[in-house]
Amino acid sequence: MLSMTALIILILTVAGFFMARNRAVILGGETPALLHSRPVYHGGYVCARTAIAGFGVLIVGLILSNIAIRWALYSGLPGGLSEIERDLLVSDGVALASGALASRTDEARQAVATLYGYLSTIQVWGLALLSVCIAALVLARSLGQVAIPFRARNRFERIVQVMLIVSSAIAVLTTIGIVASLLGQTLVFFSDIPVWKFLFGTLWSPLSGVHDGTMDPEKVGAIPLFAGTVLITVIAMVVAVPVGLFSAIYLSDFASARARSIIKPMLEILAGIPTVVYGFFAAITVAPFLRDTGAAMGLSVSSESALAAGVVMGIMIIPFISSLSDDVINAVPQSLRDGSYGLGATKAETIRNVILPAALPGIMSAVLLGVSRAIGETMIVVMAAGQGANLTANPLEAVTTVTVQIVALITGDTEASTAAGPAFALGFTLFCITLIFNIWALRLVRKYREVYD
Amino acid sequence: MNTSDAIKFRCEGVNVWYGDTHAIKDNDIDIHDKSVTAFIGPSGCGKSTFLRCLNRMNDTIDICRVTGSLLLDGNDIYSRDIDPVQLRARVGMVFQKPNPFPKSIYDNVAYGPRIHGLARNKAELDTLVEESLSAAGLWDEVKDRLAAPGTGLSGGQQQRLCIARAIATKPEVLLMDEPCSALDPIATETVEELISGLGERYCVVIVTHSMQQANRISQRTAFFHLGNLVEYDTTNAIFSTPKDDRTVGYVSGRFG
Amino acid sequence: MTDAVTDTAPATASFHASDEATARLKKRRASETRLRLYGVIAIALAALALVALLWNIVSRTMNAATEHYIAIDATIEEDEDDFLGVVKKSARGAFPYVSGRSAKRELYSLFSDGAADDMRQAKEAGTLETGEAVPMRFLMSDTADLYMRGEFGALETRASEGALTIEEDGKKVILRAQSGAFADALGLAKAGLAREADSLRRQEARQAVGIATLEQRLPDLTGDERENTLAQMTYFKSEQARFAAEATALDALITGDRDTRLALSNRMASFFVAAHGGILKLTEVSAETALAIPLVPMQTTETAPGGAWSLHILDRPEIGRPVKDRQIAILETLKDEGRIERVANWKFFSLSDSTQPEIAGIKGALIGSLWTMLVTFVLAFPIGVSAAIYLEEFAPKNRFTDFIEVNINNLAAVPSIVFGLLGLAVFLNFFGVPRSSPLAGGLVLALMTLPTVIIAARAAIRAVPPSIRWAAMGIGASKTQTVFHHVLPLAMPGILTGTIIGMAQALGETAPLLMIGMVAFITAVPEGITDSATVLPVQIFNWANASERAFDMRTAAAIAVLLAFLVLMNAIAIILRKRFERRW
Repeated sequence: MLSMTALIILILTVAGFFMARNRAVILGGETPALLHSRPVYHGGYVCARTAIAGFGVLIVGLILSNIAIRWALYSGLPGGLSEIERDLLVSDGVALASGALASRTDEARQAVATLYGYLSTIQVWGLALLSVCIAALVLARSLGQVAIPFRARNRFERIVQVMLIVSSAIAVLTTIGIVASLLGQTLVFFSDIPVWKFLFGTLWSPLSGVHDGTMDPEKVGAIPLFAGTVLITVIAMVVAVPVGLFSAIYLSDFASARARSIIKPMLEILAGIPTVVYGFFAAITVAPFLRDTGAAMGLSVSSESALAAGVVMGIMIIPFISSLSDDVINAVPQSLRDGSYGLGATKAETIRNVILPAALPGIMSAVLLGVSRAIGETMIVVMAAGQGANLTANPLEAVTTVTVQIVALITGDTEASTAAGPAFALGFTLFCITLIFNIWALRLVRKYREVYD
Repeated sequence: MNTSDAIKFRCEGVNVWYGDTHAIKDNDIDIHDKSVTAFIGPSGCGKSTFLRCLNRMNDTIDICRVTGSLLLDGNDIYSRDIDPVQLRARVGMVFQKPNPFPKSIYDNVAYGPRIHGLARNKAELDTLVEESLSAAGLWDEVKDRLAAPGTGLSGGQQQRLCIARAIATKPEVLLMDEPCSALDPIATETVEELISGLGERYCVVIVTHSMQQANRISQRTAFFHLGNLVEYDTTNAIFSTPKDDRTVGYVSGRFG
Repeated sequence: MTDAVTDTAPATASFHASDEATARLKKRRASETRLRLYGVIAIALAALALVALLWNIVSRTMNAATEHYIAIDATIEEDEDDFLGVVKKSARGAFPYVSGRSAKRELYSLFSDGAADDMRQAKEAGTLETGEAVPMRFLMSDTADLYMRGEFGALETRASEGALTIEEDGKKVILRAQSGAFADALGLAKAGLAREADSLRRQEARQAVGIATLEQRLPDLTGDERENTLAQMTYFKSEQARFAAEATALDALITGDRDTRLALSNRMASFFVAAHGGILKLTEVSAETALAIPLVPMQTTETAPGGAWSLHILDRPEIGRPVKDRQIAILETLKDEGRIERVANWKFFSLSDSTQPEIAGIKGALIGSLWTMLVTFVLAFPIGVSAAIYLEEFAPKNRFTDFIEVNINNLAAVPSIVFGLLGLAVFLNFFGVPRSSPLAGGLVLALMTLPTVIIAARAAIRAVPPSIRWAAMGIGASKTQTVFHHVLPLAMPGILTGTIIGMAQALGETAPLLMIGMVAFITAVPEGITDSATVLPVQIFNWANASERAFDMRTAAAIAVLLAFLVLMNAIAIILRKRFERRW
């Protein structure tokens, strides 16, 4: 029904374009130059206004009515139920109404289903009628505006500009959305649990201490997760920084054009491989390999060792570091290289004494972005690192990370409303930490650009 | 004339190609020690390219190819047993745009001595830095802020710093590729005086765009045109009695 | 004259040509070689990682490219509905000697649950032959398939020289062979026992360590804790004694002489004797005699001359593998009869997810990815390009646009999982977008891709020289006309390249989709953007987590498909760039 409505609005929009254009052509008659704007702009103007009105009403109406229906369903529930029971009741009722499987059928659920069916019918028909009517109305009105002196082009361009501004504001809206959505749940979580217990506690087992939907503050200490994240990140950087940096140095100052044309695409392939593939590689190949190698050397290596996840994450970050470093090393002006060579320095001396110090801020920012990536990386650790919170610095043991726990909480079997608290609190922490690294890195890069551009 | 007759560079049949472009066409020239030799000519005439052959800076460009014989004190600098790194220590270079390293003034000057091991200890290095900065006429201006970054100096000071840096490496020859083109007139005057003075101690080769400059500071002048060395003589002769029509045209300002 | 030069040269001039300088230079050159070597090593390591990764995927994918079928005759009634029953009935018909519930169950589990699907489809299409027995092909189950690929070790064959006498003894068979024909088997079985005894001794030692630790702690403890510790120690001691006794019992068996029959268990290697078209499994063995049960019956019980019978050994104990000895006997018989077919696995592309690896495919995930990418593109491309146009061409240089710029750069580096949480909180919980739908996934991925598109589009627009704009403005075009008629078309190849690369990233993205429920087990192919769906990378994740080993190679195959799409997209981007790249 709604897609039908969208189609009708689309037809109105297209029709509006041609009607307005034809009308303008007729008005212009023998001397089209009389028209202030060319017919196509009249068409565009009417078309844009109709589309904005029709689709705008449809989308905004859909969102608002969804929220309203939800509110109506919840307020119609019998009293004396916990939040979890209310959620379950509503979702079962909705499922029943749409003919899907519900966890249970009883009177209350049936009532919800009936109400939902009734409301959603009103919603669909009401929205369809309203949006088509408004679109038609706007079409008629703006069609009436078509006239010889009408400044359709200016009006149309204004509309376009506003759309452009709205588009670029979406980036800001996204950030606001991230902060708001994370912060909302996080604040709810911290209303029950002191922040310092979360940040400095050393025992993480949030779901084992749930009692009536509230958690045991002693069991939400995130230190083991932070420690695990740091451990894996350090291992990853130990792999990625030297390999990436030496690759970049070789590529920018030693490699022939031919070697470059082979090595660069190779690193790009490494960069283009999805993280889930790296995760599979870590879990199925690297981890067993390390475990068997360890066993052969008499070491007990966990099959979900931090080492396996860290090494593979390092491999993933190599191209990241190497391409960013390659860029900044190449951006060091040739005149500095010439100056050094002109004094009889070798390539190695030039790189060590002139290029690297000059490129250092850029390289630092590459490393920082790499660290931010390692901290936020999810799939490799979900597939290759452990689930259990284990506070250790031994890379051969299994550790868990912030991202692993977010995934475990959200995709686990626990009620969404219970698991969301710690998950969003972790997500917010993750966002803040990576944000600090990103801003730090971007600042360094900006400074670096100021020096050499 | 106070020019020495000792020949530092003897070049015969020098050709340079950039890929398929024939940039220098079969040129012969003798460059004398303890004097300033100026290369002049219109843009793209090959004077800078030729200069960069003298310390093999062209080696850093992949597609560049040099043939012919370039003898420094009688030894072919393009022979297999000459290490370009060693050669460049003997034949220092100053570039068109001042290019101090993003380090302190002291470290800029000490860079060459450090990589070549010219000073045995800190005291010797200090002395060497002071000598070089004094020789470049910069000591009095910077002696109180040796730790300040070299990039913070004015353009003329930066260029003199680059000259001091080149001198500190103890070269025998100094190549200068339009060293004053990025400087204002006052800084140019200071640097020109400096170059004239250096000509008494080193073999200085300078590429310049300005005929007045060549006239002021050089003892000999070579005029290049389209990759050919058209005329090479004492500076006086080039500017007062040029023999070739092209030289006449250029020095009288009819093209260039 | 040259002499004059050296005489008058500065005193230090010769330093750079001196022996000292040359020696120093040698060291400096060596350090340069070292640096170059580090670079080569670094690149070699990166290349090694890439090759290892790709080899892993490719070698497993090769395995998934084929699957095994069992060819037997089947009779199908006109109005048959229970096609799985047909498979079972045909199996019973082909192996009439398999009797008993557990034996039959083992027989049936050689076939996939999907073995009947072909018949069902043939019936729907009306091409099913009914009435009389016709040769059919039934899909093998995953464990049987893995056995056929040698995943549980290969059967090792020992041909024998002496004659084998066979004597029936109730349900069992007594085998006798000369010259220690079974000595090898006995040795292997004993080696297995020795390993087990070793492991028992290690466990015993571990108990001892535990007891010692508790003993040390004991003096400091009082009350209940002391009681508990004492109880624990008693338990450890009894365990220690038990392990020791078991190990000693095994030792007695191991040292037993070669003519005493040793009882075989499912914790030891399996031994089979093939003779007269039948397969026997040894249950007790000495150097020259053995007790065996027939898994596949023999045609006669005559003495088999040397060379006419053989001994087969499977090193991995029955308990350590999902494929049982009886199943192996049946599969080997089928193989000898040429009734096992290896066929290209096209079903992988026409089936959707399943709990049974042998009938799991990627169709659902592929279509799901397609819908999701469609939503992502429809949102990210126009919005991204519009934002880029505004920021590059119209935006005044002020604090707000500066803020937007910083924002976009930051968003590009926000962890993808955070976008998933945003999608969960905003799109699912607030706006009520259906869970695990391509619409929800597309929305989240569009927000993630947006910064990439904007950054690429801005770079492309910036690369259009201002002279083009001046030319257009100079003939009276408005700013908007200039941008849309002249700048945008010229920047389009660059914008498209950036968009394709962004879409390729989105196609491989997994973590945010887990947050919005796309991890659910969905077997249906989505028909629109609001249906429940899964996408290719999430399918890979789910299969990689599955416990069945047969999913490993399918995971690799799905990865290969995903990588193929990524290569294709990047190739298009490269071609676009090469073909339309303009240097101004």
